[in-house]
Amino acid sequence: MYQSEMESMTREALDALQLQRLQSLLARVYANNPIYRRKFDDAGFDPLSVDSLSDLGRIPFTVKDDLRASYPYGFFSAPLHDIVRVHSSSGTTGQVTVVGYTAGDINRWSDLMARTFASAGATADDIIQVTYGYGLFTGGLGAHYGSERLGALTVPVSGGNTKRQVQILKDFGVTVLACTPSYALLIAETAREMGIDPRELPVRIGVFGAEPWSESMRHQIESELNLKAIDIYGLSEVMGPGVATECECQCGLHVFEDHFLVEIVDADTLEPLPDGEVGEVVFTTLTKEGIPVIRYRTRDISRIIPEPCACGRSMRRIERVTGRSDDMLIIRGVNVYPSQIEQVLVGIENVAPHYQVVLTKRGSMDHVEVHVEVADDFAFDEVRELERLQKRVKAEVESALAVSIAVRLVEPKSIARSEGKAKRVVDLRADEGA
Amino acid sequence: MVEQISVFLENTAGRLAELTRTLGDAGINMHALMVADTSEFGVVRIISDAPERAKLLLEQRGFSASITPVLAVEVPDRPAGLAELLEALDAAGMGVEYAYCFVQPSGGSAVDVLKVDDAQAEQVLVDAGFRPFTPADLYTPDV
Repeated sequence: MYQSEMESMTREALDALQLQRLQSLLARVYANNPIYRRKFDDAGFDPLSVDSLSDLGRIPFTVKDDLRASYPYGFFSAPLHDIVRVHSSSGTTGQVTVVGYTAGDINRWSDLMARTFASAGATADDIIQVTYGYGLFTGGLGAHYGSERLGALTVPVSGGNTKRQVQILKDFGVTVLACTPSYALLIAETAREMGIDPRELPVRIGVFGAEPWSESMRHQIESELNLKAIDIYGLSEVMGPGVATECECQCGLHVFEDHFLVEIVDADTLEPLPDGEVGEVVFTTLTKEGIPVIRYRTRDISRIIPEPCACGRSMRRIERVTGRSDDMLIIRGVNVYPSQIEQVLVGIENVAPHYQVVLTKRGSMDHVEVHVEVADDFAFDEVRELERLQKRVKAEVESALAVSIAVRLVEPKSIARSEGKAKRVVDLRADEGA
Repeated sequence: MVEQISVFLENTAGRLAELTRTLGDAGINMHALMVADTSEFGVVRIISDAPERAKLLLEQRGFSASITPVLAVEVPDRPAGLAELLEALDAAGMGVEYAYCFVQPSGGSAVDVLKVDDAQAEQVLVDAGFRPFTPADLYTPDV
């Protein structure tokens, strides 16, 4: 363990630490963040009234819209003078949120990512290739700082150019690969195309996150690349990667509870659920200074695994995230809201704003096909015009979503509607033995 | 000019059968049917004896149907008959968007259906000695 005194502290000590940090957080945001002050006042919540973790249920939630509404810096709880870095969510225009980090935040984040690598089994003797994108996305720089903090030799390749990734893995003797799980499969595929057996690469550990993946995909990656695949979890609104991670037991993700308070709530009633029950994951950042969030609704669905873990960490685990309580999709690492498609279609003549997104896998990469109904009064008699329409829909949807897609024009009223509402997303990615 | 029904169809099994059955059950006769398609969708073009009624019926059945004015011209039954017709249009600088043939209802010779994006095309053919069909040649025009 990288910080064993914290990672294996007793439950009592952890509870006491969480309470103390929560009390100080509430006082801090109330004093420094006008949005939270108003939120607390409106809800009749007194930030000084918390004297037990069981009071958590009285505190108002924070949602992504709170952050969007105060774009770019309005939700910060520290003055810009103290912010040393910003990142932004991978959402597209109009959906972007900006998060700010103080020097202290970067320092703590580096520790938590060092913990993450260590719990995957990495040490200062490893060579870590960071293939998460560097830039506004939290993945690249987050992993980079953690790798350096651990003392590992860090290879900052960032994303893209898969052949070069393979060559570097081989030539540099890389032992730990940090990237998205689908990219790991692309690396294996590309290695084979290059005549390199991916099982012969020196990589022994994979640190994979930023998109949902299945247990069968884990097995596939492990057998194709001959490594141990570790699932990591994070989101930019809470910090970035390093919020929770699997240990070498690969049986749930330990939440770094000294920094993040985790709750599971019923996604409809928002009532807190007891450990073990499935619901929406909610985080409170206990130590963040730049942009702390209180009871932030992640929309991710999971459950807490209360039983102790064989690795000796006392931090409770959450199960691999199994779904979302809203319509957000993660396509090739980009957050996509299907409702954006509707906004685009409304502006295009000769199509109806009825669509269905069909997600499949092409090899290891996500493939997106958007079915769009042509309008009832559609009056074309030439295929060429249909093709022109198809191209226009494709270009406009791609520009709004920032991911490439295929468009299929379908007949009016042919998209199945249930109770008058069309089923917007058909996700076949997991069914294809990914 | 005569009225052609244009229908957007996905390339799914049984859809064309459904379309033709809809018209057949309503007692509508088709003189010609032509499909232009890609791997995913197609446009079905129909010359029938009741275009307006066919369009309404198809719309009621959930098809995306529209009426397109096209030229229908009897093609002389001899070598270069069609070539002369097309040359007349070409000489007037008019391009043909698409064309297909059917056999004249009254029997015998071929009728060529042409989509030309030029309002003067019919006059050009008349001037060149061809006889474009009027709606009355094919169907009783709907009021």
